[in-house]
Amino acid sequence: MTTIQRKKSNPIAHLTHEDIEQIGIELDAIRDEVMASRGEKDAAYIRRVIAWQRGLELGSRGVLLFSLFPPAWLIGTAGLSVAKILENMEVGHNILHGQWDWMRDPKIHSTKWEWDHASPAEQWKHSHNELHHTYTNVVGRDNDLGYGIMRVDEDQKWHPAHLGQPFYNFLNACFFEYGIAAYDLELGRNLATKERRQNPKFKAALKAVRRKIGKQVLKDYVVHPALSGPSFLHTIAANATANLVRNLWSHSVIMCGHFPTGVETFEKTSIEGETRGEWYLRQMLGSANISGSKAMHLMTGNLSHQIEHHLFPDMPSNRYKEIAPKIQDLFQRYGLSYVSGPLPKQVASAWYKVFRLALPNRGEAAIRRPVEKKAPAVSTRWRRAQPQVPASAHLGSAALGTPAPVALSAE
Amino acid sequence: MAVIRNLRSGAWRVIELITTPVVPADYLDVIAPLRNAQVLRAKIDAVRPETENSVTLVLRPGRGWQSHRPGQYVRVGVDVGGVRLWRSYSVTSPPSRRDGRFTITVNAVPDGVVSTHLVRRTKRGTIVHLDVPTGEFQLCHPRPAKALFVTAGSGITPVMGMLRSALHELSDVVVVHSAGTREAVVFGDELRALAAEGRIRLIERHTRADGRLKPADLDELVPDLFERRTWACGPNEMLDDLETHWADAEATHLLSTERFRPTLINSGGGGTITFAGSGTVVETDGSEPLLDSGEAAGVLMPSGCRMGICFSCVLPLREGAVRDLRDGQLTVAEPGDNIPVQTCISAAAGPCTIDA
Repeated sequence: MTTIQRKKSNPIAHLTHEDIEQIGIELDAIRDEVMASRGEKDAAYIRRVIAWQRGLELGSRGVLLFSLFPPAWLIGTAGLSVAKILENMEVGHNILHGQWDWMRDPKIHSTKWEWDHASPAEQWKHSHNELHHTYTNVVGRDNDLGYGIMRVDEDQKWHPAHLGQPFYNFLNACFFEYGIAAYDLELGRNLATKERRQNPKFKAALKAVRRKIGKQVLKDYVVHPALSGPSFLHTIAANATANLVRNLWSHSVIMCGHFPTGVETFEKTSIEGETRGEWYLRQMLGSANISGSKAMHLMTGNLSHQIEHHLFPDMPSNRYKEIAPKIQDLFQRYGLSYVSGPLPKQVASAWYKVFRLALPNRGEAAIRRPVEKKAPAVSTRWRRAQPQVPASAHLGSAALGTPAPVALSAE
Repeated sequence: MAVIRNLRSGAWRVIELITTPVVPADYLDVIAPLRNAQVLRAKIDAVRPETENSVTLVLRPGRGWQSHRPGQYVRVGVDVGGVRLWRSYSVTSPPSRRDGRFTITVNAVPDGVVSTHLVRRTKRGTIVHLDVPTGEFQLCHPRPAKALFVTAGSGITPVMGMLRSALHELSDVVVVHSAGTREAVVFGDELRALAAEGRIRLIERHTRADGRLKPADLDELVPDLFERRTWACGPNEMLDDLETHWADAEATHLLSTERFRPTLINSGGGGTITFAGSGTVVETDGSEPLLDSGEAAGVLMPSGCRMGICFSCVLPLREGAVRDLRDGQLTVAEPGDNIPVQTCISAAAGPCTIDA
């Protein structure tokens, strides 16, 4: 992809400023309806998933105490893999997004939760919730575009090191949880100079990660195998396999969120003074869904509804499915493309991009089109546009923030 | 012994490693929710109707419970519509119950989400959350020669706790109780029985027929009013009146009151924000996020996306009400609460206190 601002035919050129704010108003209405109807059933859902996940993990680890026997190894490893995937995706990721904070249960709260992952919850929440979800797909602002080790957009500068990126991506997939931990630490940047290495904040973060990894490793590769007695080595192999399966799976699902063909990226300057409507539109264009069964949605932690998740990151994940048709309808009415496809197709599409962009731009893509500059302004993403305000109403126009030219529809 | 202790703590550390990143208690909670001393809970063992609008709940507290003193209240956390809401209820049983259980008596308040839920929909076997009992509304030592209790509505509950545990230590007791009708008197039968036995002098006032009790009425009903040590509990207006009356007689030291304070909500929005950590107080009109108000006044606060999606700015609301600027939803904290709110999209909806 090329950022939307440098594209020859801009996919949102047909939208006026009013259209974009209207999209925001409609999305706010969808959000309000669901958020106001959260209740007992939703609370029971997340508690049930947590209980099942814990039961499955405990059961699988129990079976693995006898992993010397091949059937026990197979069943235990499969169960533990599923349990670890559920724990990271439907449970951990979504709780850390604050999707269940409304229950006011301190045991299931974004400020208290810790997950089975190399990256401590606190650090992940900063890089994911705050940076990635606010600056989604903005080249130079959203490091999820290639995780700082790959080039996944034509507008990211090519370097000979990118020739190796299919290999880096494969390695990252295998050790994904450690990759994320390194990414959350901004290891590349923070190890670069002595000053940054000595920064007490960075050192404290590094210590937290080391402690976290230490505990995880002790659990999976020392304590649990030791309890298995004669099955010691088999349990080590089983736990390593479960971690590998979880890493490969979550890496694949997450690649499908923003890398497949059809997903748009944005220029850094385009988000100056961004309104709520513009932010929503960027989320709509910057994400892709995975189609599939109920089981697929559960195992992806409902990141199969990536578009809905990016519009409303704090909406309980079990509700994305019900709003998806409304969101799709909105895309259609405003002439936008809702990117979605089955997992194998989306994974292939993402990998194709990793291979293609390992090489420098060629042909059309090599021509860098100029970007129209937008005047610097303060973003007012939290402020809602007022629905259907007559032109004379003073509050309405003020609430929309700066009546800047619509930078997104530059062409 | 030291060896065994070391072995035990070592074994526990191994178990903790197995369950990391959660704690072993998170697993045990599923089987035995009352065993966890870190999270105080209780099981509702019985639900007994009192009047048309009130029930007594018999609670079996789990580990970590401390027995109450008569007159004290306990904060109870109940899941209503998936949300854990906390309310304070006076303990109505004497502290010496041999089975370790205690009771609270709940009156369904109109529009009271929690009280209505407890009175109409709560079943035996439900698990609720608890705080340890607290409150200064207690009988004094030594016991007074003459005592007076002035109560209205559910204000009888802490007094009932006192009477049930210490009536035998009191020789001269007058109870002046107001309720809408005779049937609406909570513990009516028990109070009347005590009166019939001559253990208390009971003055019932049925306000629907006789109107509200005025402090001047008390002078007539209880001629030796200011010779008595008095405890009063009921609606705020009644307590305000009583406090003025006792102050006028320069007898404030003889009066103890217990208030069930409702949180003030400013429907127009706005209010005073108190940032508890720094002591900063800001006056707002309710159109601006707490985060902006705080930062403008120089309070250091965590922040993130500034649009309500990342939850980095979450801080505890200690008291008062805030409104979500996006959809207008209110979050109300009772005294003693600790509700994390997103400061970047919440504004004051009345006086409120934030931990920052």
